[in-house]
Amino acid sequence: MARLLVFLLLFALPAQAERVVLGLSQDEVAITANFTGSEILIFGAVRRETPMPSDSTLGVIVTVSGPSLPVTVRRKDRRLGIWVNTDVVEVDAAPSFYAVATSGPLEEVLTHVEDLRRSVSIPRAIRSVGADISGTENFTEALIRIRSASDNYQLLEGAVDVEEQTLFRTEVVLPANLTEGDYSTRIFLTRNGKVIDEYQTVIPVNKVGLERWLYELSRDNAPVYGILALIIAIASGWAASAAFALLRR
Amino acid sequence: MQIYLPIAEVSVDFFLILGLGGLVGVLSGMFGVGGGFLITPLLFFVGIPPSVAVATSANQIVASSVSGLMAHVKRRGVDFWMGTVLLVGGLIGSGLGVWLFNMLKALGQVDLLVNLCYVVFLGIVGALMLAESIRAMIRASRSGGVRAKRHKHNWVHNLPLKVKFRVSGLYISVIPPLLVGMLVGVLAAVMGVGGGFIMVPAMIYLLGMPTKVVVGTSLFQIIFVAAFTTFLHAVTNHTVDIVLAVILLIGGVVGAQIGTRIGVKMKAEQLRVLLAALVLLVCLKLAFDLLITPSELYSLADAGEH
Repeated sequence: MARLLVFLLLFALPAQAERVVLGLSQDEVAITANFTGSEILIFGAVRRETPMPSDSTLGVIVTVSGPSLPVTVRRKDRRLGIWVNTDVVEVDAAPSFYAVATSGPLEEVLTHVEDLRRSVSIPRAIRSVGADISGTENFTEALIRIRSASDNYQLLEGAVDVEEQTLFRTEVVLPANLTEGDYSTRIFLTRNGKVIDEYQTVIPVNKVGLERWLYELSRDNAPVYGILALIIAIASGWAASAAFALLRR
Repeated sequence: MQIYLPIAEVSVDFFLILGLGGLVGVLSGMFGVGGGFLITPLLFFVGIPPSVAVATSANQIVASSVSGLMAHVKRRGVDFWMGTVLLVGGLIGSGLGVWLFNMLKALGQVDLLVNLCYVVFLGIVGALMLAESIRAMIRASRSGGVRAKRHKHNWVHNLPLKVKFRVSGLYISVIPPLLVGMLVGVLAAVMGVGGGFIMVPAMIYLLGMPTKVVVGTSLFQIIFVAAFTTFLHAVTNHTVDIVLAVILLIGGVVGAQIGTRIGVKMKAEQLRVLLAALVLLVCLKLAFDLLITPSELYSLADAGEH
């Protein structure tokens, strides 16, 4: 039945020569106490209804994006010999994590116009609407620089392996300091820099077990959480003292 | 061994954090300081977000102070009467401090003010203590170990409302300890520390308390101030990370016991020189950070965290 539906859907759509069929090594990421980051293998194939075009090569772009949140970027300046935060720019929405993997140099597999339309490259993934103070670019550049240094933003040109213009695979490494949320994954097929197919899926990233329980308690039942923290502190302080007193005897 | 912290949302090395907790615990037991002025910058350094570092170190200070206090109670080194008076002043002061902090936050530049506070207070306290203890050591070696007279009569002894503090062996007005407590309370709220590094010298030089009760009494007062701070942070900012706190305090409580034993074996003057040197070291580090051109001029913060 499902297969029939897909079949009908394929026919109902306007003639599209090449389409993405996708697989993921894991369809969710669980953050446990010993979480040190995660690798996600993204692989798939290109399904064709018509013979493969011979005038161009296939480009594949994979993006993985964490939840977008507003960010405050501050700049220091020297005042009276001391370095002080002087200027502030509020970036409306920047993904907490963003990786772009491509099968070749980004300018070759994607035209500038397509990038503008679909927000694929890292600078395009950050929205700073209405921020028209002069020099705002410096602040968004700094944001990208700082997050790239901590591997939260990754541009992986040539990291997608394409075989026979049909099979593709890439690996995205998620760092240990992940923010919870839905990580949207997009796959683009391009020819001559034009997007010919786009596929989207979501990888949920969630804390589990004790991590989940503590996190929720700290948000939903803050006074209880605070008292719990104090009880642990007082009890362990007392216990250590008692244990040492026993050892002395 | 890496461990993921649920509130800080970062993964850290278990043994590194354990070691940091232990180091601060030793200092806490030796000098009667909570160690907040040391642990908070160290946590920034290993990549814990500042707001989580400040709140969680307050929780850790509670644990190491309890541990240290128990050891001092056994040696009759705690003046509970004096501690209570200081605490009353401290709670009034921290109320004032929170009000001051929020007012400065509205004006912006609160980070700078906190840093300047650190540099100025650590600098003054460290320099005064260092000078005084070196003088005391020279005097002690010249006169063949004869102790300098402690009970000097100054303005402190001419105030009304005199009370007997038996453990400290003092008969003084409650006004100076109340004021000292208040000052420390204000600083604790503004700087996010227990305030032991101000409290200890104030008790020795301003109130004239004997060194052997100073540390225990300071710890007694710090427990309550730090507990109050932890609770406020947990309720208002949700930034106390229990997992981080537990690792820190495992190291901290053990360290505090070791520190207390080291402190008992050392001479009071030596203890003071060491504490002064430590305070000055942190002060210099913070001053350098303000003066030297930073490698990254930009910094990120969650929106709403001003």
